[in-house]
Amino acid sequence: MQIARETLLRSYRAMRTIRDFEERLHVEFATGEIPGFVHLYCGEEASGVGVCANLTDNDTISSTHRGHGHCIAKGVEVSGMMAEIYGKSTGVCRGKGGSMHIADLSRGMLGANGIVGGGPPLMCGAALSHKLLKDDGVAVAFYGDGASNEGSTLESLNLATVWKLPVVFVVEDNGYGEATGSSFAVAGTQKARAEGFGMPYMECDGSDFFAVYQTAGEAIAHARAGKGPVMLHVHLARWYGHFEGDAMTYRASGEVAEAKRDHDCLELFRKKVTEAGLLEHSELDAIDEAVRDEIESSVIAAKAAPLPEPADLLADVYVRY
Amino acid sequence: MSKKSYRQAINEALRLEMRRDPRVIIMGEDVAGGQGGSSGVVDAWGGVLGVTKGLYTEFGPERVLDTPITEASYIGAAAGAAATGLRPVAELMFVDFVGCCLDQIMNQAAKFRYMFGGKARTPLVIRAMFGAGFNAAAQHSQALYPLFTHIPGLKVVVPSSPYEAKGLLIEAIRDDDPVIFLEHKVMYDDEEDVPDESYTIPFGEANLTREGDDVTIVAFGRMVKLANEAADKLERQGISCTVIDPRTTSPLDRDTILDCVADTGRLVIVDESSPRCNMAADISALVAEEAFDALKAPIRRVIPPHTPVPFASVLEALYLPDAAKIEAAVKAVMNHKVTEAA
Repeated sequence: MQIARETLLRSYRAMRTIRDFEERLHVEFATGEIPGFVHLYCGEEASGVGVCANLTDNDTISSTHRGHGHCIAKGVEVSGMMAEIYGKSTGVCRGKGGSMHIADLSRGMLGANGIVGGGPPLMCGAALSHKLLKDDGVAVAFYGDGASNEGSTLESLNLATVWKLPVVFVVEDNGYGEATGSSFAVAGTQKARAEGFGMPYMECDGSDFFAVYQTAGEAIAHARAGKGPVMLHVHLARWYGHFEGDAMTYRASGEVAEAKRDHDCLELFRKKVTEAGLLEHSELDAIDEAVRDEIESSVIAAKAAPLPEPADLLADVYVRY
Repeated sequence: MSKKSYRQAINEALRLEMRRDPRVIIMGEDVAGGQGGSSGVVDAWGGVLGVTKGLYTEFGPERVLDTPITEASYIGAAAGAAATGLRPVAELMFVDFVGCCLDQIMNQAAKFRYMFGGKARTPLVIRAMFGAGFNAAAQHSQALYPLFTHIPGLKVVVPSSPYEAKGLLIEAIRDDDPVIFLEHKVMYDDEEDVPDESYTIPFGEANLTREGDDVTIVAFGRMVKLANEAADKLERQGISCTVIDPRTTSPLDRDTILDCVADTGRLVIVDESSPRCNMAADISALVAEEAFDALKAPIRRVIPPHTPVPFASVLEALYLPDAAKIEAAVKAVMNHKVTEAA
């Protein structure tokens, strides 16, 4: 597989940014300073980054309530995200969306989503826009194994096929919908579901950036070529609870430790690129340091940023009313 | 200018806007109809009641999209398309089917702009027919405009005549916010003079269909016609009424309602929707709060009972407001005697 050096560096940086962003939120949330709910993407970085490395700002994605990683992977600005999560007026949504609603349409990011199964129908629509406006764009719906059971998702698999839309349905399967295992909640298989709609099915190991990048590349190329939708099934492990504060009593002791030890996408990436002589340890170390600084300064800036003004309460309900 | 039905007026509004702006598309169940059928005839229905007839033939399959019967996916797709550059008009057929796709309207389209800090535009129109009077029973007869009115981020239009329907639909399609456009199914064959060319009617500006001194009647959709029938009869009995058609329930023209109540001192509200938390309740609260001192009599609401819409004609007639019930309500407020506190 040929991957441009620039893509490797950028992808590693995105994955590291997500990891540090989330680990820092894990710490900061525990202090009580961050309002609301926070759902962390740690452990799943290679999925969002591997997929989005095949996209440009012209392509559209929808995310889930575990959305920080997809936002960063799609190029949403980190300090604006941090400020948003702190509920500050400098946030990307001016403090009115929060963690579950970070969006940046200028980057083709149509929002994290607080509704399980909310994204797939929206991506059918974004794909319809790309198709009718003939802008060569594709739409990617990220959703979890939990959302794979939602009627809205299953309807979208049908609609995208019937309308032959350029959509990739990315099932990020971390084995849990909230606190319920997918072995309990998911009937049949994702593969059989895709095939049931006559849709190509691909799968990959979500801890392996290279596997995701290559498989997603094929899926996206298929959709972009006008051949219709594809399902991409990414196998993952979630390192933290459904939300911050979740004691995860439903997971066997050692499950997360094993995932961290054997399936850390950042470690696997580093090992692969250095052994293959593609990148030097020192280059990766420099990225690690730069990201540490970026996250640190984004937290300092977010804490110092102004709160929304009372007038913001009434603003932007409508374009005009 | 020529006589056109409510159905024709809506069709013409869609046609004119599709000619004007290539980003305007329509989608819904059988908006063309016939695709995949054994005869090969397409544009077979043009909507279940023929409202979109001929649009597929003029604009083709890219812009007139038949959908599977899967409201969540295609209403969501309309929202997603609206947020990414198209101006979709999605037809939900019967508004009762909103139960299958409310999330996409309430949690997605309505909230994008606010949640995203003002950085989204969602120029989406959802057309649906509503209302009782066709023995369509409990799942095909509801008047659900209060449900949408309740949701910040949506605009809600309830056109009361062919002229109103055309101008308000063109306005809706050109509007940059999500608009719910609700057509009363009993009115599709109503006719009146409608201009051939394009025109718009602004949202949030009520129409006074008549002006009088004694009682203000606020009515929505088909009820406007019934209120005017009642007012005609009352006029002959020496009671003169103002009839207000708010046109849109969101935004609501509060000022016109309050001004008219200040003039007449008496208010009757005619609302076909279920009585709890409906427009009649909303306007009653508004007037009680803002115009209490102007009232010479208690507000009267002509509303259905708190039941599903029944099937049998005799029950459906009992259920619905009609001109006689409106007339009785107006007489009741006229006859109210103020008793001074001791």
